Amino acid sequence: MRWLLLKDLQILRRSPLLTALLVIYPIVLAVLIGFAVSRGPDKPRVAFFNEIELEEASEGLELGAGGFSQDQAFDQLCERVECVDTDSREEAIAKVEDGDVLAALILPRDFLQRLQDQLAGAGLEPASVEVYVNEDDPIKADLVDDRIRSLITEANLVLSDEISAQLLGYLDVLVEGGEFSIPFLGQTIDVLGLERTERILKDVRSEVSGPRREVLDTVIRFAELAGENLSFADELLGSVAEPIAVEKEVVSGDVPPLDTFAIAVAIAITLMFVTTLLVAGSLALEREENTFTRLTRGLVSRAGLLAEKIGLGTICSIAVALVLLVVLELFVSLDWSRFPLFGIAIVLAGAAFAAMGSAIGVAAREVRASALAAFALTLPIAFLSLVPTGTVSEDVYDAIRIVTGAFPFRPALDALSAGLSPAGELPLNLLHLALLTVAYFALARLTLRRFA
Amino acid sequence: MPSQASTPRKEAAPVVLKVSGLRKSFGEREALRGVEFEVHRGELLAVVGPNGAGKTTMLGILAGIRPPDAGRVETPSGEVGWVPQQAALYRRLTVGENLRLFARLEKVEAPDAAVERMLEQTGLAERRDDQVAELSGGNQQRINIAIGLLADPAVLLLDEPSAGLDPGQRIRLWEFVAGLAKRGTTVIYSTHQIEEATHYGDRLLVLADGESLFDGSFEAMRQAAGASGEVTDPEADFVRFLEKQGH
Repeated sequence: MRWLLLKDLQILRRSPLLTALLVIYPIVLAVLIGFAVSRGPDKPRVAFFNEIELEEASEGLELGAGGFSQDQAFDQLCERVECVDTDSREEAIAKVEDGDVLAALILPRDFLQRLQDQLAGAGLEPASVEVYVNEDDPIKADLVDDRIRSLITEANLVLSDEISAQLLGYLDVLVEGGEFSIPFLGQTIDVLGLERTERILKDVRSEVSGPRREVLDTVIRFAELAGENLSFADELLGSVAEPIAVEKEVVSGDVPPLDTFAIAVAIAITLMFVTTLLVAGSLALEREENTFTRLTRGLVSRAGLLAEKIGLGTICSIAVALVLLVVLELFVSLDWSRFPLFGIAIVLAGAAFAAMGSAIGVAAREVRASALAAFALTLPIAFLSLVPTGTVSEDVYDAIRIVTGAFPFRPALDALSAGLSPAGELPLNLLHLALLTVAYFALARLTLRRFA
Repeated sequence: MPSQASTPRKEAAPVVLKVSGLRKSFGEREALRGVEFEVHRGELLAVVGPNGAGKTTMLGILAGIRPPDAGRVETPSGEVGWVPQQAALYRRLTVGENLRLFARLEKVEAPDAAVERMLEQTGLAERRDDQVAELSGGNQQRINIAIGLLADPAVLLLDEPSAGLDPGQRIRLWEFVAGLAKRGTTVIYSTHQIEEATHYGDRLLVLADGESLFDGSFEAMRQAAGASGEVTDPEADFVRFLEKQGH
């Protein structure tokens, strides 16, 4: 069998296209994944045009003691998106139409005034911002929609915080007393406050007797109760600003870090294409060059020939995966102490993909047909395997799990993720891959009996 | 039983392959119906017949590629070499690499010496380092045959060896095959070309619809077909023979 293996490696060496595929494909993929996981996603570009007068804008929004400045809001916005300044509404919209930016955000001239009126209780219409998006791409449209909604929600939250703080100030004055500035009128008045009222009434109580004292006691009692109850408003207003607090606890689905998952996807996809195509093509080549019958006429058993091809695929899988990992090491720091774990995942994933390739290769009589069959079979399975839970109905998801479980991609991905990081179930996925290797080997052997 | 006639067979030489009652069916279709014959050392047996006669099926059974449904194949001298119709070679390997690989797979005792011997016999020693893909069809077929000879078999089976070759390549191929027979190798080959069968074969085995119709010399076949005089058109004589046999 070793002579056959050496022969296949020799043929591989003399096939520049295949060799290039084996070497270049993992390197290119590793570089792309490396950039993706090390640089993070780029901010979406959003054109921004402000119609508010410069003077008014610099004053910002009056919120009692605090305030809400437009510069502050603009800075927050530009932390989330790449802001592109424009000189006119038309220019902002044109940039969206031309595809220079994902969206245009326009603050109308009356935005601050409307917001101010609303906060003062005098606004009839809510303040609004204008957003222009080009929805020629549904994914892009979704992305922009999510970002803008998120920004507006955050802005509303900031305003809500400021308003809550101002209301708390008003309540403090009402309870404890102090100076109060009346919005719009510009006057400042001194407020007695419930606590001081209570103290004054208690002081004069001794000087009053009879039915008038009873009335006074009722008023004192009211001042006490009102002061105590209004103190609870602090907590109530605090909870209005953030009514729902999130306490996240993972109960199942030990998730690996995103970069580890990306590396596992890169290795799984590389092995899927390279190994499956290589083994399927190599077996089909034996038939195309008429050597299959000569070999299996007593020189090597059919099972031996299949085992040799699976061995070839596994060896190439290991080499390709190592090239990919070494290149990825330039971008992300891999935990090489886990090499025995992800190493065995690579070996078994390679063997399973190779066994699947052998089943395809024996069914196809030509190399081209085997390549087409390998692509047609592996690509949809890879897509299906990456469908996350919750994105489709439960029944459909269960059906997807069953279908993808019959192919090596999903267990390979899970095993590689579990091998690269402490999260995930390694032994079960390794067993799954081993079973698939045996099953595909048996299928290939049966197919050989039928077709040869 | 096929009609027998006196032939120039090398009857003094020992029998190296004996076939009796060979039957094979593919579903409802009977590909071979009780074929019987024997060949002697150094004999050249041409198996001729129309398409679908069962020639390739019979050679496949003799080569051990497929089992017969009934009948026996005896090879007292041991090894049977087989050469498929189309060259079964690795086109990206060189001539030498192909021979060495199959010599090793055949577990030949001295593979390198066997390779040198075959390169010498095929006359391709100078092209040992050329990739097979660069060789002409005729030279590919010579390497194809050489691989069948690596284990030094007593009997060599050739399935339509001259198919797809130009006249010059055919002549060189048949000279090579005749040389093998002279050195004592028994050669059984199938062909459509009656002229090749009559010119290079010691005797003919005529198959039609899985039946063995004739086993003997070409001259005896002509007589059986009712032809006489000088041979002008062997193919016409052969067709006449088949018609007379009801095919």
